[in-house]
Amino acid sequence: MKVGVITYPGSNCDDDAVYTLQETCGWQTDRLWHKDTPSLSEYKLLVLPGGFSYGDYLRCGAMAALSPIMENVKAFADAGGYVLGICNGFQVLCEAGLLPGALAKNDSLRFVCKDVDLKVETNDSPWTNFLKAGDTLSLPIAHGDGRYIIEESDFAQMRGRHQILLTYQNNPNGSAFDVAGVCNEKKNVFGLMPHPERASDLRSRNGMGVWRSIQSVLEKA
Amino acid sequence: MIADTQITDVALAKQLGLTAQEYDFICRKLERKPNYAELGICSAMYSEHCSYKSSKPHLRKLPTQGPRVLQGPGENAGAIDIGEGWAVIFKMESHNHPSFIEPYQGAATGVGGILRDVFTMGARPIASMNGLCFGSETNPVTHGLVRGVVKGIGDYGNCVGVPTVAGQTFFHPCYNGNNLVNAFTAGLVRHENIFRASASGVGNILVYAGAKTGRDGVHGATMASKEFSSEKEPERPTVQVGDPFTEKLLLEATLEAMQKGLIQSIQDMGAAGLTSSSFEMADRAKTGLHLNLDKIPSREHGMSAYELLLSESQERMLIVTQEDKFDGLKAVFDKWDLDAEIIGVITEGKKVTMTYKGETVVDMPVDLVANPPMAERPLSAPSDLKQLWFMDRNQLMVAPLQQKIDRLLDTINFADPTPLTQQYDSMVGNRTEGGTFDDAAVLRLREIKSKPLRLAFSTDCNPRICQLDPREGGRRAIVESALNLAVRGATPIGVTDCLNFGNPENPEVMWRFSESVEGIAEACEALKVPVVSGNVSLYNDTDSRPIYPTPMIGMVGLIEGEQKLPYSNFFGTELELAIIGNLEASLGGSQLAYQWFKRDCGQPAATDLPASQRMIKFLGQLAKKNMAYAAHDISEGGLVVAALEMAFRSPYPETGVEIQIPSRIEIDEVLFGETCPRVLLAYAPENRVEIETLCSRSAVKFNKIGNTTDKAKFKVTQGLAVLSDMSVSTVKETWQNKWKGFFN
Repeated sequence: MKVGVITYPGSNCDDDAVYTLQETCGWQTDRLWHKDTPSLSEYKLLVLPGGFSYGDYLRCGAMAALSPIMENVKAFADAGGYVLGICNGFQVLCEAGLLPGALAKNDSLRFVCKDVDLKVETNDSPWTNFLKAGDTLSLPIAHGDGRYIIEESDFAQMRGRHQILLTYQNNPNGSAFDVAGVCNEKKNVFGLMPHPERASDLRSRNGMGVWRSIQSVLEKA
Repeated sequence: MIADTQITDVALAKQLGLTAQEYDFICRKLERKPNYAELGICSAMYSEHCSYKSSKPHLRKLPTQGPRVLQGPGENAGAIDIGEGWAVIFKMESHNHPSFIEPYQGAATGVGGILRDVFTMGARPIASMNGLCFGSETNPVTHGLVRGVVKGIGDYGNCVGVPTVAGQTFFHPCYNGNNLVNAFTAGLVRHENIFRASASGVGNILVYAGAKTGRDGVHGATMASKEFSSEKEPERPTVQVGDPFTEKLLLEATLEAMQKGLIQSIQDMGAAGLTSSSFEMADRAKTGLHLNLDKIPSREHGMSAYELLLSESQERMLIVTQEDKFDGLKAVFDKWDLDAEIIGVITEGKKVTMTYKGETVVDMPVDLVANPPMAERPLSAPSDLKQLWFMDRNQLMVAPLQQKIDRLLDTINFADPTPLTQQYDSMVGNRTEGGTFDDAAVLRLREIKSKPLRLAFSTDCNPRICQLDPREGGRRAIVESALNLAVRGATPIGVTDCLNFGNPENPEVMWRFSESVEGIAEACEALKVPVVSGNVSLYNDTDSRPIYPTPMIGMVGLIEGEQKLPYSNFFGTELELAIIGNLEASLGGSQLAYQWFKRDCGQPAATDLPASQRMIKFLGQLAKKNMAYAAHDISEGGLVVAALEMAFRSPYPETGVEIQIPSRIEIDEVLFGETCPRVLLAYAPENRVEIETLCSRSAVKFNKIGNTTDKAKFKVTQGLAVLSDMSVSTVKETWQNKWKGFFN
């Protein structure tokens, strides 16, 4: 199984993602460069990693969303391909219109790095099917712009469609409705602020829940 | 013919920070007067910051050799062999003056500078630490400085993606007018990929790479070599402005170009910018250079040669390579959207010439600029030391114990650092193992597959001890740093030092400097750890009041094998506690003495260096037993603070401590004494015999002192007398809340 990790200028969790996917999950992992426009059809999963693409100088993820590779990523997602955005990658997916909502500066106006307890809202998704709804999942966060913004009506609709996958038990950043991770309506695109790739072998193995979930889907596909 | 549009004189030289003797020396060597640009070059290179003219003769006393040393002082950073063909590259550097003038940018560019020092050597940075000293918490400017410095460190390191994993923060009124920001970074590299900064190979080209040059930071090095006066505003334009995004691109481009064999040698443009990088690279190779300043990528119009040479714009590199490799090099920097331009060539003749707008603007011997005359600084022992050593022991003796504990803890120096540390990304890189900001941080090295290797990092300095007895202060900074590593099971392998002192023209400051360096040297020799890099920051005074001597130490340790990390907290409520080392310790220079008498007083007891070496060895052997135990170095605040910190970090809120002091033993000395080395150990009772046996075999003292409880109390008894019985949770709440006020 082949997966791809995209590097933007300023990505800094790309190495961590490659390490986890390759060494811990055992998947063949390619690095993809934001200026290239390769065929993505050979990949089962694309990962947009964490970091500070373009220094977060305009709006987090806004510049990266305009990278040459993003046209291909959109086509890949439209065709049902699986795309995961972690932290800055989540911000890029929102800016690119692949996920609803937006991410703004934490309400504390400060960067925050710590382990947080998440609630698994549903296991009716390719990303959480290995987990139990209602369970607590502890994962690290590290971000300055993790406050998820969404209209209440949109949120209600998303919840009804089981698009809200993870919420914070003690909201660390002021996210609307405690949202930590959401997917699109087709559920093939998932974005989350916490870092499963940092919790897959060393600090804890809690992040493996996400990888095992998607693995079972990709192996069937 | 040299351009002489502006001929210089002594008055101008003095304005730029040179002495009349230095100006005279330059004129004699040049056999003419320097022009303005040349004088600017000398002013920067003769500054204390670049020349080490006061400190160099003393630094020669430090041990810099050892079987693991691959690169000692003199390069961008030091290199230590960690086995399997890999090396750790590290250095600690100060950014004190800029951080006081403009805390956010000052601290940010301090981090940026030290990161560049490490990746310039070919290493990928894997961890950063910092040592911060601020003025009194009641000083109105302190809060703003703390907020700015912490945000500056966080924003830079977080963006570049290097985790900040450990640090020390200390508050004391002596830093009211001059806070300290010391930044440490370590990186990993294969031996064969270590790069050095030497302009060798006549005919090779000099390439400028990275960000464009602006007017920021012009003459920063000279500014950092002056005392502050209360009028600090005019200095603001000398502070550099950092851009961590560009740094990240520069890091990736540099490492990629190195890997592709496109770089022969390289130096970052740090203090004194292009001036120091070019002259230093030529000096190391004993070559000459010719530079064409018209080729420098600049972001402002109409910059003079003087400004181009002395700008301290950040995120820039000077690269030496062969001419036929330039196209490949440029392609790599293009990929990362960075400039790369040929600005010069390596020549014979050991002199540097520079042209700008068709004129020769600089024509100087390398040696004259790179090796300024050393300054002879007189030393004299302070006359008031004996007074400082006086402490009214009787006054303490008669006071109730609880009152002493309460006063001891009533300081910002006893506080949970979490509100600060969680602003730093401590995990990026996926190497950080377990608790950061414990005694030492531990990182796995995931790129090394042939053998399980981990690195540990600690930083330490106790400025109170350094003020009262600088030689002991130097010794103790080394031994405490080493113990911080050893309690995590790591063996110390290398040291970097960041020596922060006052004005070297003050003979008492210089005496303290000399004593501290000798203390560091004694301890390094005893523990067999070499000093491989470092930095000296002098003129840390405001209005002629020097800071306490602050030789901040960064130390690196190695853990070989699969061993489990020891706990750093009380991991159960039925553990026994023992002090490894002497039961009693001296109160001289202790936190209690300061908190009680409102001044630092008492004579610190000397660190027993042979005992320290045995204790470090013992801790290393204990860690290999794979037995569950917790260990914590006993330092500032003595046993009381060590035990409370371990209780606070327990996963069980009901965790309490009971300390039983044997009869006829001095209570204060057991609880509050700070003589080094002492370590607090917690273990399951069934393991006591094994630990005691190892202690006696290692010739270290074992003193059982109490146990943990499930009563959430901190209790001290002597015989039947209960001397203290306070609630752990109440003290913990105060401890947790102290820092929060800084970040509201």
